[in-house]
Order: sequence, then structure tokens, then C-alpha cells
Amino acid sequence: MAKLKSMEELAKLRDDMKNRTEMRVTGTNPDRIVLSVGMATCGIAAGGRDTMKTLVEELEKHGINNVSVVATGCLGYCYAEPVVEVRFPDKGPILYGDVDVKRAREIVDQHLVKGILLDHAIIGKGAGRR
Amino acid sequence: MNRYRMHLMVCGGTGCRSSQSVQIVENLNQELKKAGMDQEVQVVTTGCFGFCEKGPIVKIYPDNIFYVEVKPTDAAEIVAEHVVKGRTVQRLVYKDPAGGKQIPASTDMPFYGQQIRIALRNCGLIDPENIDEYISVDGYQALGKALSTMTQQQVVDTLKKSGLRGRGGAGFPTGLKWQAALKQKSDKKYIVCNADEGDPGAFMDRSVLEGDPHSVIEAMAIAGYATGADEGIVYVRAEYPLAVKRLKIAIAQAEEYGLLGKEILGSKFSFRIRLSLGAGAFVCGEETALLNSVEGSRGEPRMKPPFPAEKGLFGKPTIINNVETFANVCPILLNGPEWFASIGTEKSKGTKVFALSGKINNVGLAEVPMGITLREIVENIGGGVRDGRTFKAVQIGGPSGGCLPKSLLDIPIDYESLSAAGAMMGSGGMIVMDDTDCMVNIAKYYLDFTVDESCGKCTPCRVGNKRLFEILERITDGKGTMKDLDDLEVLGGTIRDASLCQLGQTAPNPVLSTLKHFRDEYIAHIVDKRCPSGVCQNLIHYVVVADKCIGCTVCARNCPVSCISGERKTAHVIDQERCTKCGVCFSKCPVDAIVKE
Ligand SMILES: Cc1cc2nc3c(=O)[nH]c(=O)nc-3n(C[C@H](O)[C@H](O)[C@H](O)COP(=O)(O)O)c2cc1C
Repeated sequence: MAKLKSMEELAKLRDDMKNRTEMRVTGTNPDRIVLSVGMATCGIAAGGRDTMKTLVEELEKHGINNVSVVATGCLGYCYAEPVVEVRFPDKGPILYGDVDVKRAREIVDQHLVKGILLDHAIIGKGAGRR
Repeated sequence: MNRYRMHLMVCGGTGCRSSQSVQIVENLNQELKKAGMDQEVQVVTTGCFGFCEKGPIVKIYPDNIFYVEVKPTDAAEIVAEHVVKGRTVQRLVYKDPAGGKQIPASTDMPFYGQQIRIALRNCGLIDPENIDEYISVDGYQALGKALSTMTQQQVVDTLKKSGLRGRGGAGFPTGLKWQAALKQKSDKKYIVCNADEGDPGAFMDRSVLEGDPHSVIEAMAIAGYATGADEGIVYVRAEYPLAVKRLKIAIAQAEEYGLLGKEILGSKFSFRIRLSLGAGAFVCGEETALLNSVEGSRGEPRMKPPFPAEKGLFGKPTIINNVETFANVCPILLNGPEWFASIGTEKSKGTKVFALSGKINNVGLAEVPMGITLREIVENIGGGVRDGRTFKAVQIGGPSGGCLPKSLLDIPIDYESLSAAGAMMGSGGMIVMDDTDCMVNIAKYYLDFTVDESCGKCTPCRVGNKRLFEILERITDGKGTMKDLDDLEVLGGTIRDASLCQLGQTAPNPVLSTLKHFRDEYIAHIVDKRCPSGVCQNLIHYVVVADKCIGCTVCARNCPVSCISGERKTAHVIDQERCTKCGVCFSKCPVDAIVKE
């Protein structure tokens, strides 16, 4: 590590390091967005692990820090696993089904970044009818 | 760099390490690897969470779940259930002792409810051995701010305005101390951090150094800039090996990043820090004795004035501040003095860390706003007296402090109220006592400590305290007279007025405060030859209640000096002459036929 030579370099390092601890500082804030991935036996069998990994990677790629990705138990939609619930703090939850790696990318790209819902993937509308 | 979706924070403070938290970290890492999750879930070893009573602690983000009394063997279940499937491991969740309700989030626990964490802000939040984590939570920003935007006088003024007072005991305003050192003209000045922490039962400073060493290093550098010093020394006792290790790591990392050393952050300011290890003498916590010790002389206090700010280490102007005092400095610079001054009471600003111990449910470390009452600390944060017994007293301020009774539980915690009540803020040890503690014996315990730790330089302390101790011993032996009480007061007053340093000046406090608040216990020892709490060995007798005794012979067979006699199935008798009062018969009797009188 080269020595820091100015206040600006220190500030930049802080910003670079921010995501190391941000979750711990803001983890209890009610205004975080929560992505819950169904990770009961059904979810894992349907590929929930890859879905989860992809979500984490995509968030990192987009530099999004105010989102928690958490594992959750069986939500009862075993036929539509892997299931991902997107919960914005002030809105009702949106439940997506059949979330494979491709769809996980879409969720981050469309729903989180652009605010566009993936209508075709919402359970009860399009998902789970494979 | 990898981004982790989940952080498993494991307490790496001395307390939790002694109950195998290092093994917990290892097992968690192994289990994560097995589950193929070591790239997305991170295990972090942190400083003390404060809730030592229920350690080892594991806290999980982002779920904010707080696990207590975790064992290394629990790692597999935490990973399989919580990490993989998102199911909280219910049996490890903290249960409220009142009502037995489970409280999974630390923010909902009564222990944390009334705390405000300034000095302990990073303890439990970051890995103390990783400077990047410290920097990510605004570490070294205060130093940067001072160097790039503030004059020396502005830094000093900020501290003055904040109202911060020394947390090492005496409560001297920190801004004034820094001003005095800034005023001195000298080719060399020093910043010394007092990490001697010699009070029995105190572990606040150790926890700060173990949990957030950079916060102290950064503040020392700020003090160096503010007063024109270029060298800092942390005087830390060698009995704190983990604190020493983490300080060394932190100093090396800060040097590597150019946050210590020459021309810090491109400024003209240079500063380095070294450690000086103390051998663990209580008197070496006294600032002038500490200076002698660093210089390589005997740890004996010097006359004041001159104060260290004028003539300190090697005769040069020196600032000495306590660990916790330093730990408050950076947030004051970053958040502004008004913010700090808005917490606390009129004359005591900010927070104070207390080490809770003794007969209390939640032994641990708590940082509370000044002005909170003793009752709130003991009952809400401490969870009340252990085993459902009755509260008798709380000892505050260690060997220099005093014991306060129930009637004073509602006084607010600040420097002035505590002194007025006969105790003192001290460094923040708080020991709770119940009805099984004898106050005369407690006073004797503390005096025994100061007699042992007196450096012997001045007569009032060396001889006077020894005489005080002898009088107390006479009383607990049942040989005291009422005149002894007057003698205790007169002699105690003389020692207080005539000793050279505060070790001697404050040594009689435990005696004088118990004499004031628990005089009837002294009188019971002297007049009735009775120890009401059943502690003082020479004043208690074990007797067999003949009606209750079933003659089972258990007591006689267990008595180590064979002083109990009696036939099978008939009442037994204890020979008082030969009884050593070990209490074995008392605890072995199956029918509670032996009583303590
Ligand atoms: C016998 C004795 C022991 C002391 N021990 C300590 C100690 O362990 N740690 C400490 O910070 N101050 C201790 N002090 C207080 C120091 O003399 C000094 O007041 C303090 O370090 C100043 O720092 P502050 O203004 O930040 O509190 C002790 C004082 C006496 C008389």
C-alpha cells in the first residue's frame, strides 16, 4: 500500500472501502431494500444458490449498497422456486418466481436500477406456469 | 474486492476469547467452506460487544440477529440453518430473563436500550486488526480534517467547547489541558496515553484498545498536531497482551498508510507513536508516577505543580490523557462540539463507559449518557441483582471511590454528584453488592489493595493506610471498640489531606463512605460482635439445631478438622473451640439443620 499523500486520497480510500462495513452500519435502517431468496430444500434444489450468488454479484457490479440479500425459508410457492421477494421499504412486496441466473440479472437491472417491474415473472401473473 | 451478502461478527475480546471464540471463528470458516459459501459470507473478528455476561457473542448482519453463549460446536447449525436457509437458530437467541421472551435483535435488548455509543462506537462493528475497516467508518477523517482545515487553536477550541472532561478519574477539562500544552514554548513535546487501568474490576480501556485501537492512535495524532508534539507514547500494562498486540498491528498499519510518520497526508505535521509497557503497579496509573516509569525510574509520583503540561516527560511539556478520553476526540471533531455538548448534564458532557460487575445479572460494558441515574444502570442495563437477592450497595470509582447505598440510587451520574455523595467517577468500575456482602469487609478489601500498592514515598499513605487497615481488621475480628470509629474518621481525614498523590489522598474513601452510609454494620461488629452478612469468620458460628438434626453423620464425616461429634440417629454437636468455620458442614447437611449465627 502506497502512503496516502493527501486528504483527497484518504477520502477516496474511505469511499472505496465503504461497502466493506456499510451493511453493518445501515443493516438496521428501515429504509434498506431487502431481497429474500427462498432457500428451503425446494429453493436450493431448484438452483436458489446460483440465484443468490448472481444477485450479490450484480449488486456489486452496479455499485448498489442499500440492498440486503437474505436467505429465507419456504414461502409455499415450491412450484415456482427459486423465488425472490423484492421489498422496498415503503411499498408492498413483489414476489418473483422461476428466478434463474438470467432472471436474477433482470431483477437487478430492471426493477432495482430502473424501477421497472418484470411483469412476466411476478407470481400469479406469469411465473410458475412452466 | 468481494462483496459479501452476510457478515458474521464474532466477539474477539478477552472475555469471549477465553470461552473459545477463536475456535468459533475457525469452525464457522470451515463450515462456510464446506457449504461453498466462503466467498459470499464473511466472518469478522471484532472487539467487545459489551454483553460479556452471555458471551461468546455472534452477531449476524444484515439480519441483525444477536446470538449469545455460542459454542464452537454451534457453528455447523448456524451455517446450515441461518446462513444457508435463512432460519434463525432459536435456541441461541437471547432470552429476556424477566418473562423469558426471546429477543433476537440487539437493538431491542434492555441492555443496549439506554446506551449511547461514542467511545465504543466501533467495538463490535469492525475488525480491529484491519485499518481498511476503520477507514470505511470515517477513520482518520478527523485527523485529515484537522490537518487540512483547522489551526491548532481551532482544534483546542473545539475540545473546550465540547465540554469533554478526562475519563481517567479526575475529570479535568481536556481542552484546557491541551491549551496549557499548546501555550508552552519548547523544542519537544509529548502526547502520552494512559492505558494503565489498574482499578480492580475495570476493563473499559482494555476493551477500547482491543476493539478499536485506531481511534486512540488517531486522537493522539490530533493531540500532537494541536499542541505541537511529534511523539506519542502509549503506556499500557503488559498484562493486556491482546491490547498490546492490536496496538502494534494498528501502529504498523497506520505507518504503512502514511497516517503516522513524516508529513502526514501531505501536511507539515509529523508524528510517531511507540508503546511503553507497564509492569502493572496501580500507582503507575497516576500521571507523574507514570512519567517516571516511562523514563525508566521508580514509579513514584512527583510534586505538582509543575503539571505535566508544563514539565512532563523528560522535563518537556506533555499531555497525558486516558484511553477513553482519546476515544471521544474524533467524533467531536467530525460531528462538532455542539453535538457532543448536547449529550449529558450541564457540567458533565457526553457519555461514560462503565464496567459492570459483582452481583448483577448482566456483567459487561455499557456506555451511557452522563446524567443517567445509578438505578437505571443497575436495574435496566444491568438487569438487577443476581439470584433475586436484595441490593445493598454499588461501589464506584475503585480503590479511590466509595460505596453508595440504595437511598442514593437516584442520583444522576456526573462528576459532581458522585463526589458529593462520597464516591467518585473514577475510571468507571461499578461493582454491585447484595445482602451477603459485608461492608466492613469490603472496605478492608480495598484498603488492603491500596496498602499493597502504595509506593511508600510519603508517610501518610505508607504508614497511615496501614494503621487504618489494622483498625478495620480489629473490627472484623470482633475486637473493635466504638473509639475505633472516631479514629478511622480522624486518621482517614489526615491521610486524605496530607498524602502526596491521589492514591493516598483517596485511599480512605472506601472506609469513609461505608462508615457514612453503613455505620450500623460497623456498630454490629463492635457492640454485638456480629457480622450481619455472615462474612467475617471470627464473628460467625455454625451450630446444629438439635430438633432438626436426623443424625445422618454426613457433617461429621465431611468435617476436615473432625470437630463434630454425635452418635448415629442422634443430634450432633460442633466443638466451637476447634471449628475453623470452613462452612463444609453447613453446605453438606441434607436437612438444613446447621445454621450460621
Ligand atoms: C493511584 C492512581 C491511579 C490512576 N490510574 C489511572 C489509570 O489507570 N488510568 C488513567 O487513565 N488514569 C489514572 N489515574 C489518573 C491520572 O493521574 C490522570 O489524571 C489521567 O491519566 C489524566 O487523563 P484524563 O484527563 O484523560 O482523565 C490514576 C490516578 C491515581 C492517583
